[in-house]
Amino acid sequence: MLRQASRLLARRPILAARTRAFSTDLSAADQTADAAFADAWNKVIPNMDPPKTPLSFMQPRPPTPSSIPSKLTVNFVLPYASELATKEIDMVIVPATTGQMGVLPGHVATIAELKPGVLSVHEGNEVTKYFVSSGFVFIHANSFADIIAVEAVPLDRLDANLVQKGLAEFTSKLSSATTDLEKAETQIGVDVHSALNSALTG
Amino acid sequence: MASNAAVPFWRAAGMTYITYSNICANLVRNCLKGPYKTEALTREKVHFSISKWTDGKPEKPTLRSDSPEE
Repeated sequence: MLRQASRLLARRPILAARTRAFSTDLSAADQTADAAFADAWNKVIPNMDPPKTPLSFMQPRPPTPSSIPSKLTVNFVLPYASELATKEIDMVIVPATTGQMGVLPGHVATIAELKPGVLSVHEGNEVTKYFVSSGFVFIHANSFADIIAVEAVPLDRLDANLVQKGLAEFTSKLSSATTDLEKAETQIGVDVHSALNSALTG
Repeated sequence: MASNAAVPFWRAAGMTYITYSNICANLVRNCLKGPYKTEALTREKVHFSISKWTDGKPEKPTLRSDSPEE
C-alpha cells in the first residue's frame, strides 16, 4: 500500500493545478450541464419537456464588474421574513464582532460575524436603523451584500424600561453565576442589554 | 496554520454558536414593546411531533412544544 503512496502523491499536483472557478463566473458552466441532460432526456422521452434542475432556477450571481458600481445591492434576510431583497443602497454599517464596519460599493469580499448591535442602511438622505441580535454578513466582490440575522427590529420597537431592567438583572446575576455555562449566559445577557441600551441612547 | 486563536467566551464555556445566537435573539425579543412582543413570542415557539417507529410502523406521535432554549 505504501508503495502506491508515491504514485498517488505524484498525481496530486495535477488536481491542484486546475483552478476552481468562483461562483460569480459560473454562468456559462451550468448551461452545458443542463444541455447534456436535456439531450439524454429527449432521446428517451421526446414528447415531454425535460424537468428543470435546481440550477436552472438559480440566477447566477452577476459577475464582478470591472469598475466599481455606484450602488451596493443588499439582501437583508431574517428566518421569517426578507427585510430587504436586492435593494440598491449607498452604504450599510454593520455591527461586526471586530467593530462597526461600513460597507460601500466596491468593498473587498468579506465574511463577518455580527455581534448584537445597530445596523444602519443609508440610502440617499434616509437612514434606516435596525437592532440586530446576531448573524453574519457576506460581502461579495461584485458589490452584493447578504446580511442574515436571527432577529432584527427597528429601534422604535424597543422598550427602554425593559432594556434597563434586563441590564440590571443580568449585571447582578453576573456575580452570583457559578458554572461556566451560567457565567457565559449572564455575560451574553449583559452584552446584549448593554448593546440595546447604547442603541437606544446613542 | 494558526490554532484556535481567541475563542469567544461562549465557545470556551461549551456553548455552540446556534445556542448563543438563539439566546441573543430571545433576549432581544423580550425587550420589545407591546404588540410586537406578543407576535415575536409566537415566533419563538417550536412545535415538533415525534413518533417512534417499531417494526417498520410509526406509533402514535406525541406533540411537543418546548421553548427553543438549549
